[in-house]
Amino acid sequence: MKSDSSMPVSKGKVVTAVFLKDVQIELRSRVVTNQVLPFAGLVMVMFAFALDNDDVLQRVAGGLVWLATLFSLLIIVQRSFAIDTADGALDSLRVAGIELSAVFFGKAIALAAKLVALEMVLIFSALVLYRVDVSAIGVVLLVTCVFCATSGLAFVGTLYGGLTAGAKGRETLLPLLLLPVVAPVLIAATRATEAAFGSGGAQTSEGWAWIGLLAVFAAVFGVGGSLAFGSLIDE
Amino acid sequence: MIVSFSDVVVVYDNFPALAGATFEISRGEIVLLQGPNGAGKTTLLRTCAGLLPIVRGSANVLSCDLTSDRFSVRKKVGLLGHANGLFHDLTVEENMSFWSRLIGTSDQDVKTAMQIMGLSDRLCTTRVANLSAGQKRRCALATLIVRRAQLWLLDEPHAGLDTHGRDELDKTLRAAREAGATVMFASHEIDRARNLATRSLMVAGGLVTES
Amino acid sequence: MSQVLQRTSATGTRATKVIGALAILVMVWVVVSGLILTPQDVVQGESVRIMYVHVPSAWIAYLAFIFTAVASASWLISKKHSMGFDRFAGASAEVGVMFMAITLITGSLWGRLTWGEFWQWDPRLTTTAFLFVTYVGYLAVRRLEGSAEQRARRSAVVAMLAVLEIPLVHFSVVLWRSLHQGATVLNPNGDVKMDDLMLFTLFSGVVAFTLVFVWLVLHRQRTMLLVDIANRQGLDAAIAARKTEGSVR
Repeated sequence: MKSDSSMPVSKGKVVTAVFLKDVQIELRSRVVTNQVLPFAGLVMVMFAFALDNDDVLQRVAGGLVWLATLFSLLIIVQRSFAIDTADGALDSLRVAGIELSAVFFGKAIALAAKLVALEMVLIFSALVLYRVDVSAIGVVLLVTCVFCATSGLAFVGTLYGGLTAGAKGRETLLPLLLLPVVAPVLIAATRATEAAFGSGGAQTSEGWAWIGLLAVFAAVFGVGGSLAFGSLIDE
Repeated sequence: MIVSFSDVVVVYDNFPALAGATFEISRGEIVLLQGPNGAGKTTLLRTCAGLLPIVRGSANVLSCDLTSDRFSVRKKVGLLGHANGLFHDLTVEENMSFWSRLIGTSDQDVKTAMQIMGLSDRLCTTRVANLSAGQKRRCALATLIVRRAQLWLLDEPHAGLDTHGRDELDKTLRAAREAGATVMFASHEIDRARNLATRSLMVAGGLVTES
Repeated sequence: MSQVLQRTSATGTRATKVIGALAILVMVWVVVSGLILTPQDVVQGESVRIMYVHVPSAWIAYLAFIFTAVASASWLISKKHSMGFDRFAGASAEVGVMFMAITLITGSLWGRLTWGEFWQWDPRLTTTAFLFVTYVGYLAVRRLEGSAEQRARRSAVVAMLAVLEIPLVHFSVVLWRSLHQGATVLNPNGDVKMDDLMLFTLFSGVVAFTLVFVWLVLHRQRTMLLVDIANRQGLDAAIAARKTEGSVR
């Protein structure tokens, strides 16, 4: 057996490998599908118990969808890193000498895929439970909103998830760090979703400005995250 | 000199796990690290892998100065720590192909590594969660073998393996040495380890001495 | 400052004594002027006097934030990663969080006294609240386990991310509140007609608070330096103890 270092692997291949690994593990273990999605649906039902007013629910449906998303995001992010820290795989990833920014993107894209599934369930719950309607153009707005907001949430989630992964007393830091940072996403995504639902007389056209904000957020944290990730997960 | 440490201090939470380690290792050696629990063997191995920052002293591993840049040494070494670094929901095969995709090895190398470690057809499609501790360890060793590292760092590699597994491991390490690699391993299995090693270092109280 | 920890190491120097004395003097002037000499406001009455505390605190809170950001960036950029930058960043953040709390509390009280509302969702107030929580998070990150270098790197990166994120938060809140054009923005500060003495007192307040900020940060970062020196000396002792551990066996 020759002893030489293996050929360097392109960043794209690393991103793909990490993404496929995370997705494979989710498909195998079904934690998001069997635990988080039902949890999210349950949260939507509990909002109805707490708010107890059909008109109010219809009016705030957009906000409730994204609130439930954020709470579920905390769980999904922690799960995303638990699979790496359970048996010291994160250490092995660091020793592998690969570009950690590629690991960042691979994990973020896998996280985004799980988030999209989650948001589909939540929007569907809103349509059914809170009796909102979406017009055709509203659907376009909604899809764009989901895409842009999810990118931002996935980047930020992976970044701060990496920081708080592993050692004792760290996981509880995740909500404190993450929720303030995603406030712009909550505000913008909610307003865009309300525009799509037509809640409170909002016009679909008003939603597009918010999409711009979501896109900027995603771009900033996509770039910033890939630069910062390596420093944050290293010892 | 493959590894050269001079008065190295490594700290965990203000505790000096390594308190001035000084030693040298040349290419092609198989070096045994002996010592009581808490002596600093694990810390030493992890420092050589470039995972831990050096607070005092200087260290050079595979021509990389660890005090200024401990990141570039990482792809040249292979580390097997106490944990296995595996994904429990994936099968042995899937774990192997993930790690090999990350570092760019061929399918043939992966097959060879799995064969050497006795991970047969049945085992290779078993989820890691369903393997015994010894089988998990073999899988971890297989991921190390495909790295073809220049410096192998192993923390108690024999622990958990049956006799056959231990023999295969010894064979592998000798073969790696033939191919030009250097090996450092910590072990409590003194007899077997002494047989395998070309040299032995004593680690105690964060210091390293010849044994 | 000597690198050896003495039993009675103090963090004061001539500079801090001068700054401290000045701070007290200006502060006394501000208190006297703010509480007694300046007139009450035509609309708000006596409650306008909170302004002399609230506005300077807000100013210091933002100054501290900028300071932490600049110090963090300097740490990241400097080749030697000089720990002085990290200490300044940490000290500034701690003092900044305190002043941010004062800003939010005095702002609430002022709003309550003047308009009957403890809180308003206007952009400035909301962004300040977010900045406060972000900094609490930053301080929590500084307390994570690890060596001084690890702590410095992690917190510098988190501070840079905060710099990116605060404008996003601010902008989104501005856009959000602009939807509610109808509601008056209850900003007590905006409605005050200030005569010269009030303006001068306000300005003095800013000066006084800045002096207090500088004084606190200097002392705090020196305390941090002493902790680092103590740790280093402790490390020497620990290394010696560790070595004997080996030879006893």
